[in-house]
Amino acid sequence: MTQILLKVDKLQVRIGEGAGAIRPVDGVSFSIRRGETFALLGESGCGKSMTALALLRLLPRPGGEITGGSVQLDGEELLALTESGMRSVRGGRIAMIFQEPMTSLNPVMSIGRQISESLEQHKGLRGAAAREQVLELLRAVGIPDVERRYGEYPHQLSGGMKQRVMIAIALAGDPDLLIADEPTTALDVTIQAQVLDVIRDLQRQRGMAVLLITHDLGVVAGMADRVAVMYAGQIVEQAPREQFFAAPQHPYSQKLFAALPESSKRDQRLTVIPGSVPPLNQAFTGCRFADRCHAAWDRCRRETPRWYGSDHEQGVLCHLADPAGATAPRAAEAPVSSPPHAAIQERQGEQLLDVEDLKIWFPIHKGLFKRVVGHVRAVDGVSMSIPRGQALALVGESGCGKTTVGKGILQLLRPTAGSVRFQDVELTQLKGEALRRRRADFQIIFQDPFSSMNPRMSVGDIIEEGMTAQRVGGNAAQRKERIAGLLEQVGLRPEHAKRYPHEFSGGQRQRICIARTLAVNPKLIVCDEPTSALDVSVQAQILNLLQDLQRQLGLSYLFITHDLSVVSYLADRVAVMYLGRIVEEGDVRDVLDKPQHPYTQALLSAVPTIEAGTERKVIRLEGDMPSPSSPPSGCHFHPRCPHAMAVCKEAYPAVTETSGGHTVRCYLYSDAG
Amino acid sequence: MRQMVLLWTDALVFLLVAVVLLFAWYARNKEHLRAPWREVVRSRLAVSSLVVLAAYTVTGLLDSVHFRMALPEAQGQQEVQYSGEVLSLLDELLGPMRTQVEKTYSAPFATHLYTRETITGPDGAPQRVYPRLQYGGAHLEDIGDRNRDILLRSLNAVAQALLATALITLGFAVLLARRWKKPLRVALRAMLGGTSSVPWRTAVITIAVVALIIALLAALSPFYHVLGTDKVGQDVLYQTIKSIRTGLVIGTLTTLVMLPFAVFLGMMAGYFRGWVDDVIQYLYTTLNSIPGVLLIAAAVLMMEVYMSNHPELFETMAERADLRLLFLCLILGITSWTGLCRLLRGETLKLRELDYVEAADAFGVSRLTIMLRHLLPNLLHLVLIAVVLDFSALVLAEAVLSYVGVGVDPTTLSWGNMINRARLEMAREPMVWWSLLAAFTFMFTLVLAANLFSDAVRDAFDPRMRQQR
Amino acid sequence: MFAYLVRRVLYAIPILIGVNLITFFLFFVVNTPDDMARMHLGMKRVTPEAIEKWKSERGYDRPLLYNSAAQGGDKLVDTIFFEKSVRLFVFDFGSSDSGRDISADIGNRMWASLAIALPQFLIGLLVYVSFAMLLAFFRGSYLDVSGVVLCVILMSISGLFYIIAGQYVFSKLLHLFPISGYEPGWLAWRFVMLPVVIGVFAGLGSSGRLYRTFFLEEINRDYVRTARAKGLPELRLMFRHVLKNAMVPILTGVVVVIPSLFMGSLIMESFFGIPGLGSYTIEAIQNQDFAIVRAMVFLGSVLYIAGLLLTDLSYTLVDPRIRLS
Repeated sequence: MTQILLKVDKLQVRIGEGAGAIRPVDGVSFSIRRGETFALLGESGCGKSMTALALLRLLPRPGGEITGGSVQLDGEELLALTESGMRSVRGGRIAMIFQEPMTSLNPVMSIGRQISESLEQHKGLRGAAAREQVLELLRAVGIPDVERRYGEYPHQLSGGMKQRVMIAIALAGDPDLLIADEPTTALDVTIQAQVLDVIRDLQRQRGMAVLLITHDLGVVAGMADRVAVMYAGQIVEQAPREQFFAAPQHPYSQKLFAALPESSKRDQRLTVIPGSVPPLNQAFTGCRFADRCHAAWDRCRRETPRWYGSDHEQGVLCHLADPAGATAPRAAEAPVSSPPHAAIQERQGEQLLDVEDLKIWFPIHKGLFKRVVGHVRAVDGVSMSIPRGQALALVGESGCGKTTVGKGILQLLRPTAGSVRFQDVELTQLKGEALRRRRADFQIIFQDPFSSMNPRMSVGDIIEEGMTAQRVGGNAAQRKERIAGLLEQVGLRPEHAKRYPHEFSGGQRQRICIARTLAVNPKLIVCDEPTSALDVSVQAQILNLLQDLQRQLGLSYLFITHDLSVVSYLADRVAVMYLGRIVEEGDVRDVLDKPQHPYTQALLSAVPTIEAGTERKVIRLEGDMPSPSSPPSGCHFHPRCPHAMAVCKEAYPAVTETSGGHTVRCYLYSDAG
Repeated sequence: MRQMVLLWTDALVFLLVAVVLLFAWYARNKEHLRAPWREVVRSRLAVSSLVVLAAYTVTGLLDSVHFRMALPEAQGQQEVQYSGEVLSLLDELLGPMRTQVEKTYSAPFATHLYTRETITGPDGAPQRVYPRLQYGGAHLEDIGDRNRDILLRSLNAVAQALLATALITLGFAVLLARRWKKPLRVALRAMLGGTSSVPWRTAVITIAVVALIIALLAALSPFYHVLGTDKVGQDVLYQTIKSIRTGLVIGTLTTLVMLPFAVFLGMMAGYFRGWVDDVIQYLYTTLNSIPGVLLIAAAVLMMEVYMSNHPELFETMAERADLRLLFLCLILGITSWTGLCRLLRGETLKLRELDYVEAADAFGVSRLTIMLRHLLPNLLHLVLIAVVLDFSALVLAEAVLSYVGVGVDPTTLSWGNMINRARLEMAREPMVWWSLLAAFTFMFTLVLAANLFSDAVRDAFDPRMRQQR
Repeated sequence: MFAYLVRRVLYAIPILIGVNLITFFLFFVVNTPDDMARMHLGMKRVTPEAIEKWKSERGYDRPLLYNSAAQGGDKLVDTIFFEKSVRLFVFDFGSSDSGRDISADIGNRMWASLAIALPQFLIGLLVYVSFAMLLAFFRGSYLDVSGVVLCVILMSISGLFYIIAGQYVFSKLLHLFPISGYEPGWLAWRFVMLPVVIGVFAGLGSSGRLYRTFFLEEINRDYVRTARAKGLPELRLMFRHVLKNAMVPILTGVVVVIPSLFMGSLIMESFFGIPGLGSYTIEAIQNQDFAIVRAMVFLGSVLYIAGLLLTDLSYTLVDPRIRLS
């Protein structure tokens, strides 16, 4: 056995007192060797972040408490240390970076100061020596122009840069172990790739161990040496990476893989894990996953499974692995194919929506009299069309203007210029009542299922609101019936109409939102990142539902997303946006298999995938997306483009069609280039 | 014969009561409206202060039913003439306290005046003596019996208070038993054993204390001036009790006056933005920039001028004093809506960006409906928190304003007027302390209860507070 | 940044005009000068001559807005509105209804106000912030809980009580301070001490509790967790990270009153017999001297707006997010 750096044994955490107390960590054991990356994988609320905080004894106070177990760092028991002894461990031997780089830095303290503070604490460095060291660290995490950055404040940095600063702070104490709690979840894919690279490189250089906490199987595949899967406060499976990805043992792990949307599953329904993670304020009998498990049998509900395998190394918490065990009545599970296209579009090909040169600019006011000195060109000349019954995916990173396009089409934001024709009606010209009356035809589903419903209205009232406003659904009794029908259609129960949104989980709320939208019989639905706030297992449920509805009702979707894996599952066509413009558009297979634009190529290559073994060449983009208020001259992408040419700086490239229906705006393909 | 008199503030007070009852009736089936209240009444401090507040409120309401007594019929008179003095139900209850007026100062429970007077003795020589009070302890044959008399009456009052508490507790127990569908015994045990989710035991103890105080005062006040008398010989206890209504009216009606401004202007500014926002912001910045006390002073001065020049507008002194009270509420309301307005504007700015507002927009819901259905209900918790927080501040402000001379009418009984009149008494030798102490104690009890209650309300309604704990 | 401040200064102008209009409306439109004269002369039967005399002595005998009897520009200038309201903009307060020069009075009296208000403000800020920080540092402990309970009790007591009780205990019983009065120069400290101590104590409940919530809000933020993960001791974390961030909301409420310190406190000054602007105002109110009240309303608004500007400036000092945008 190689050197064990950190050994965690039966760690238990309790938050709160009395009957409402939550046990987010309930007997977690694992160990991390020097220099390795250990991934703790799990959905939100499974206790993985609490585990990390407990290791540093940073649980939220008052309320959070470690109630049992042991944590040994190099054989030294951390839980027995005094608070001041613990302080030299924090940042000195174990450092941590957090999920939200936006809020994790002190807004009123310069970056240099925040890093040197750690140096002062652990190395006793001050003054010029400390400054030198800080600059060194900033360079190490790949921050350009370090001298200037030293005196800057967090709000002057982009998200990716902030996370790099966080890493620099963590490195300042030269830790043996770095805990990275969802370090890239809040970042875009291309930035995520950059940050993960930084972590990986630094780890190699310094021989540091990393405890990587994530929900993303792709990130795990690219980073981890060993993996532990957490569910409801427990580790349910632990294995070396290759073994885990080749043959996951626990039914939960298996389901996680199956629920990932991929192009290969396009014509099937995604496997879903029914239900959601159980609340952790209860005493469990039997297996905590039993209620959602496809392989569960009575023993699972009766008897708490024990750990089968070697302690701290590899194994699984499941009765299926019991060598003496009963053979489970395992139901063979064939992938279910989708229901056939019900009303296969007899009028397919007819354009439902036609967007021509859409521009949405926001004025920038400045100076004494708030004169308009410029515009944020959030959307700067976007054209697209969606045929009846088809789904167009609009893909791009945050800040590229994709959500603005969606709202501009729905006239929730009035376009600055351009035309939006819906069934040959020019929406940009409609006003007031005339526009209001047409609104039933085009609807929107939002990203955040928590803020998209008025918490003071019952589910029934929420669904009814659109019907009354649009005068559809007949009289009160008929509407009530329709609400019940809609709830069933989205997989809920009619009696849920009397309840309030807070009583539902994220996935259920998204279902309610879908029902609300369907209530007015829309023809087009703009889905604005409808699954990005959800866990993988729940995301699959929603994607399935959306796909079913499309086929049953002949709906058209404008599917706005940053997640390319969802695109491949749901969309017919894809448009890729960068800084207010569409840079590439085409059939989903064409674009994903043969991306033309360098940005699309980079975007695709930056997505972490679970296909192990195939070491793909990843195209790394430099820097961040520029601000849409002052876009670069010529092609907006040229400062980050690996193929940039002289001509790219001069004028924006025109649309070039490379193959049937596949268009791209890039000089690499234009006749001029 | 009585003639009912509905003063302006009475009408508004009963309107307020009606609104509160209506809202309670509306909220009784709405889980999201009830849940925070349930959390409020689970707090021991809140329940305790609720009992105290209820005692004050009942007193205030009794003091808000006004009438004029018929004058004794004169010879050959056809119509009934009514007295110019407006009385309330509370005055009826406090009967002797109101009418038993001594000559001047007397200490609590005193039997003699606080100051010496020169009287002609039986021998014809002038004597400096402390004369016997006309009413305080007048029933005593031997003054040495006073302590025993007080003790006996107090014991009697304790017994009554205990009995009353027992009856009230039993009443609640019957109600609870019916709701829980359990035997009365079980309900009683849960209440008094401290196992119920609502801290009934605390409530019962507080009720017992309040009942005890009321019983003691009721037993003793007809025979003694429990808190002494003031310069003109009026019973101090009577004054403090009558001051309760003034305090409550200012604390509640002021908010009632300002709420429509604050809520609708704040919501409109945040929702419509643009020039509407500019105008409303200008309005409240301007009003806010005038120091509050000065604006109130200026407005009250002008009102005084107006009233003194138009004495014909008021039929009775009480009406005049009442209008002045109402006007003070109005002015206080106008000067104090700006803070809430700004808060609501800020919150509306946040709310309007929320997806559910945008979703309503996408459904073609009209702006007015969006404001009433989506914005207002989600702002109400802020309004409620502001109202309960403002209450205690306003009660305290009344004292200060009356001291400055721009408060309620000098004829209105209020704690501020009491303090104002009594502040020079501290400098007297020997010192007269009971007026001040009585006013401060009654005010402190009310404000403390209100503060504790508002804390519980804020904890329950403010989601941010919930996170913090 | 500079443009922002200039805009704020310019924005003050319409606000002052608004204030002026409000006071004009209150003082001259709600009641005519005749009403005021009648009120002042107080007698039941006031002769019209007496009223006219009272008005002309105080310059209220002009028309309100437009003087058709005057010539040229005087049609607008020789009016009550111009004389009594517009002139305030150049801080020409005129003379009081009892004939005193208001500007001179203000100049004489504001230093006494400042002598009380400034120490009270500074010591108060120091005491409240330290107290709040102490409670926040020991959050959840008995010290914190009893501190909060103390705050609630203190803030439930009327401010008048603190003054009356303080005067009684410290001056009358213990003879530590003079009961009231004032003396200019350095000897003032004897008279200043008690009002300052009482003033600071009276504000402890509400300010201490409010600031405590500011501190708690900051303590629960992510960057504090980051600092803790660096291994910083709690005390340094409190001073270096939490304090500076908590000062942002504290300053919002506090800086705005700094200019208004000149105005003094009505109650405090009248109780302690301090010849400052506060007691000046209160005397004016009690004597129904409208000219002084009008002047103080305007002065108060100007100082408040100056306070708003100062607040904006102070933000830029503590918050780089605003400084650099």
